[in-house]
Amino acid sequence: MSLDVQNLVVAYRTLRGDVRAVDDVSFSVADGEIMGLAGESGCGKSTLGNSLVRLDRTMRCLGGRALLDGTELPLSDWDAMDDFRFKKVSLVPQYSMSALNPTRRIGKMISEVVRSRKIRYKDVLPELERRLRLVGLPTDVLAKYPIELSGGMKQRVVMVLTTLLDPSLLVADEVTSALDVSTQRAVGGMLVELRDMGIVTSTIVITHDLSVLVQVADSVVVMYAGKLVERAPTATVVDAPRHPYTKLLIASLPEVGVRYAEHVLAGIPGHPPSLLDPPKGCRFADRCPLASAECAVEPPLVELESGHFVACWKAS
Amino acid sequence: MSKDTTTTKDDTAAPTEEGNTAPRHELVYFALRNRKLVIGLSIVGLLGLAAIVAPFSARSNPDAFVGPPMQPPSSSYLLGTTYFGQDVYSQLVNGLRQSFLVGIMGGGIAFVVATAVGFTAGYRGGAVDEVLNMLTNVLLVIPTLALLIIVGGYLKGTSIVFEAMFVGATAWPWAARAIRAQTLSLVSRDFVGLARLSGVRSWRIVVGEVAPNMSSYLFLTFILLFGNAILISASYDFLGFGPPGGVSLGSMMNLAFAWNALQLHIWWWFVPPGVAIMGIVGGLYVTNVGLDEVFNPKLRSL
Amino acid sequence: MLNLENLSKSFRGGSFGSGAVPAVRQVSFSIAPGEVTSLIGESGSGKSTIGKMILRLLPVSSGRITFDGVDVASLEGSALKEYYRKVQGVFQDPFSSFNPVFRADRIFRMLEREYFGDLGAREWSAKLHTSLEAVGLNPADVLGKFAHELSGGQLQRLLVARALLLDIEILVADEVISMLDASTRVDVLNLLAGLKERGLGVLFITHDLSLGHYISEHTVILRRGVVLEIGETAKVFGNPQHSYTKMLLASVPRLHSHWEPLEPGEPARTGPRDAPRGRGRRARGQPLEPVPLLVEVEPGHLVAFEDGGTATAGDER
Ligand SMILES: Nc1ncnc2c1ncn2[C@@H]1O[C@H](COP(=O)(O)OP(=O)(O)OP(=O)(O)O)[C@@H](O)[C@H]1O
Ligand SMILES: Nc1ncnc2c1ncn2[C@@H]1O[C@H](COP(=O)(O)OP(=O)(O)O)[C@@H](O)[C@H]1O
Ligand code: SF4
Ligand SMILES: [Mg+2]
Ligand SMILES: [Mg+2]
Repeated sequence: MSLDVQNLVVAYRTLRGDVRAVDDVSFSVADGEIMGLAGESGCGKSTLGNSLVRLDRTMRCLGGRALLDGTELPLSDWDAMDDFRFKKVSLVPQYSMSALNPTRRIGKMISEVVRSRKIRYKDVLPELERRLRLVGLPTDVLAKYPIELSGGMKQRVVMVLTTLLDPSLLVADEVTSALDVSTQRAVGGMLVELRDMGIVTSTIVITHDLSVLVQVADSVVVMYAGKLVERAPTATVVDAPRHPYTKLLIASLPEVGVRYAEHVLAGIPGHPPSLLDPPKGCRFADRCPLASAECAVEPPLVELESGHFVACWKAS
Repeated sequence: MSKDTTTTKDDTAAPTEEGNTAPRHELVYFALRNRKLVIGLSIVGLLGLAAIVAPFSARSNPDAFVGPPMQPPSSSYLLGTTYFGQDVYSQLVNGLRQSFLVGIMGGGIAFVVATAVGFTAGYRGGAVDEVLNMLTNVLLVIPTLALLIIVGGYLKGTSIVFEAMFVGATAWPWAARAIRAQTLSLVSRDFVGLARLSGVRSWRIVVGEVAPNMSSYLFLTFILLFGNAILISASYDFLGFGPPGGVSLGSMMNLAFAWNALQLHIWWWFVPPGVAIMGIVGGLYVTNVGLDEVFNPKLRSL
Repeated sequence: MLNLENLSKSFRGGSFGSGAVPAVRQVSFSIAPGEVTSLIGESGSGKSTIGKMILRLLPVSSGRITFDGVDVASLEGSALKEYYRKVQGVFQDPFSSFNPVFRADRIFRMLEREYFGDLGAREWSAKLHTSLEAVGLNPADVLGKFAHELSGGQLQRLLVARALLLDIEILVADEVISMLDASTRVDVLNLLAGLKERGLGVLFITHDLSLGHYISEHTVILRRGVVLEIGETAKVFGNPQHSYTKMLLASVPRLHSHWEPLEPGEPARTGPRDAPRGRGRRARGQPLEPVPLLVEVEPGHLVAFEDGGTATAGDER
C-alpha cells in the first residue's frame, strides 16, 4: 500500500473564517496505480494535492494523516516535509508550466532547483538528459528559455524535473488542461510511461476532464465541495457511476459525434456551495435531482462493491 | 493604492471565498499588522517630521559660527559643533530638509518621466516602444556623475533645485523600464482588449484600466526613486559636486572628511548625517519590504 | 456577412526585427449570419490572431476583411465604433477579461458611457437586465461583485451579455470554454448555440474538436496559419480527408475508448510545431512551406492538396 490518506482535513485560514477545502477525505493509492481526481472547479482538488506535498502557509492541516509506504508524512511541518519533498513526494502544480521564470534558461532553472535540494547538478545531468530523450525532448532544451518552448514541451520539462529523483508519489495538477488535444495526448502518455518505467510509484492526476482520466487513470476519485463522493476503477466510474453528481458530470461531457442540433447536452444547474459555511447534510442536495428528506443527514462513504465507494443515500 | 490582492495568478485562478470583505479593509488590516511597514514608516516619518520642523527646532542658522569649535555633544550644543564651530544639530535638521526636498522633487520628476515613458512604450509598442527603449538604454549607461560635472561646470554654479532636476532627469530609466515591462504584461490581458472593443480611447485605457492594476507597484517605484534621489544627491554633495552654500547631509559628510574629522575623532560631525541617510534609506527599504508583504497575498500570513 | 479574403499576418520576430514570423497565411472563409463557424487548430496555429484581426485588435499584414462589403481596415474613429456595435468578441480567459481592480460591472459601464450616453438610467438598467436574463443570469447574483467572487461560467456569460447589449451581428468567441470545467462548458456552449437561432454569426475558435462538432455548421481546420480543410461540419467530421484532421480526431480523449497506440517508432509528438516556435525562431535557411492548394473533394468540402506526405513533411504519418 503506497499512499494511504486517512480523514484528511485541510483548511485555508481567511479573515472570515476557515475555508475547509478538503473535509474528512480518505483514500489510498496502490503501488503502480494512477489515480485520477476529478470534480468541478473549486471543489478542493488542488488543495488536496498540494497538502500532500507542500502545505503553504495559508493552509492548515486540521486533522487526519497521510502514510506513504507506511511512514507518516509530517504534512504540517514544512521543514520536516523537506526530507520528503521532491525526493519521495513530488508535485507538478497547476499552471506551473506558465510559471517558469522567463529569464532563466531551462538548465539553469533545473540546476537551481536541485541545488536547493542539496544535490549537485553535475551528478544528475546524465540522468536528466536520458529522461529528456526518453520523453522525446532534445537535450538542447536545457539551453533554451521557456518562451522558446511550446506548451507541451514546457509541461514535459516540468514533469521530467519533478520526477528526477524517482518519487514514490507524483501529484500532477491539471497538467493537460491548457493543452490542445495532440499535446494532451503526448503529456498523458508520458504520465503512463513514467509509471510503466517504474520512475514514479504512484500518481495522482488532477483534472476536471474525465475523458483524459479515461486515457491514463486506473481509478478515479470524484470530489464535491471538499468531500470525496465516489471512488472506483475508471471504467466503473464512466460506465456505471452511482453518485448523482458523477452521473451529471459525465452526462455534461460533449463527445465527438454529439451535435447540438440533434442532442442538447445538459449542464449541472446551480453552483457548488461556499466552503466557508458548507450546508449540513449532503452537500450536493441543492443541486441533486434525487434529493429527499434523508439527505439532510450527511451520507457516509460506503463500499458498494469491492473498490467502489459512494457517499449517497440513494446509491445502494 | 487599491486592492491589488486579486492580480496575482493564484488568486484569479482560484477565486477565494473571502469575497465579501472589502479588500480595502483587508489591506489596512494587514498593513497595521505588518511590523516592517510600521517600523519603516515610523523611521521615515520621524526624520521627515524633523526636516519639516527644522527652522523652528534649529537654534541657529546652520552656517553660523555659534560657538567654540569641535565641541562634543553637550546640553548647549546637542550634537556638538564642527571644526569651525557650527552647530551640528542645526546643520543636521536643515540637511535633512534639503535631502527630503531633493528626494521629493528629484524622485517626483523621475517618477513622472518614468511613468510617461514606461506607459507610452508599453502600451503603444512597435516603433514608439523601440525609440523610447533605445533612449532609456542610452541614458542608463551614461555616467551621470560625469554628465553632472560637465553640465554643472557649464552652467556655473548650481542650486538645490538644479540638483533635484538633474537627479530627476537622470534617475528615471530603470523605473521606466520596469513600468514598461509591467504595462506590457497588463496590456496583453484581455480586459484591455475588451476596453478597446468598447470604444474606449487609448489614454483612458492606460489611466483607467492599466494604471490602477499597478498602483502598489507604482507606489513602490516612487519610494525607491525617492530614496535613490536622496542617496544620489548625498553622494554628489559628498564628492563636492553639490550646490555651493547650503547644508545637506552629503555636504556635511564631505566637509567632515575634508577636515579630517575622522583623524581628529570629531565623530559627532559625520556620524549623525550618516545615520540619518542610513535611516531614511533603510527605513524606506523596510517599508518597501513591508508593503510588498501587504500587497502580495502570497507573502501574507495570519 | 463577414468575409476574410487571403488574409495574412506576420509578426516581426527577433530582437532586431529580423525575419518575420508568419502567423496566418492566405486564409479565406466567411462567417454567415445564423451560423456557427468553428476555427480549429492546435495552439500557435494562428486562431487567436485571426480573431484579433477581425476585431481590429491587430492590424492585417495583407489580404482583407470585409464586413457587408466594407474593408474593416479602413475604419477609424466613429466608423470603427459603429463596427464594434455590430462585431464583438469574447476571449479565452474569463478571469483576465475582467479588470481585477474593479467590479465586474465595469464592462457594462464602459459600454454605457461609450454607446448609450443618451439612455436614461432606468432604460439602461432595463436593457441590462434583459440582456443578463437572456444569458441565464440573475442580475442580483452578479451585479456589484468582483470577478473573483464569480465563477468562470458566470463571467463568460457576463461577457456574452455585454456583447448582446449592442446590436451585434457577429460574435468572435475565442476559446471561450477551455478554461471552464466540463459542466459549465456545456452551459456556455448551449448559450452560443442559442445565439445563432437569433440570427447571429458566431466564429467559434477552439482546439477541441468535439466542441466544434457539437455546435458548428462550418468548420475550418488550421495548422501553422494555413487552412488545411474547410467545409460543412458534417462533411469534415464525417469524412475527414487531410491526415492532420485525422490525427487531431484520433487525439481527442474520449470517454468510452482509449487513444489508439501511437505507431511504433513514432516519437511522442516532437513534430515541427513542437519545436521552438514563434518569435522569429524558424531555423535559418529552412524554407517556408508553400501554402497548399485547396481541392474540392465533394460539394462544400475543400481539402489542402497533400503531396504524398512529403511536401508538407512533419506531422503527417
Ligand atoms: N489561498 C486560499 N485562501 C482561501 N481559500 C482558498 C485559497 N485557495 C483556494 N481556496 C478555496 O478552496 C477551495 C478549493 O480550491 P482548489 O484550488 O483546491 O480547487 P480545485 O478543485 O483545484 O479547482 P480548479 O479546478 O479550479 O483548479 C475553493 O473554494 C477555493 O475558493
Ligand atoms: N504579439 C505577437 N508577437 C509575435 N508573435 C506572435 C504574437 N501573437 C502571436 N504570435 C505568434 O503567432 C502564432 C499564432 O498565434 P495565435 O494566433 O495566438 O495562435 P492560437 O490562438 O491558434 O493558439 C504563434 O506562432 C505565436 O507565437
Ligand atoms: S445523498 Fe441525497 S442529495 Fe446527496 S447525492 Fe445522494 S440523493 Fe443527492
Ligand atoms: Mg486546481
Ligand atoms: Mg489562442
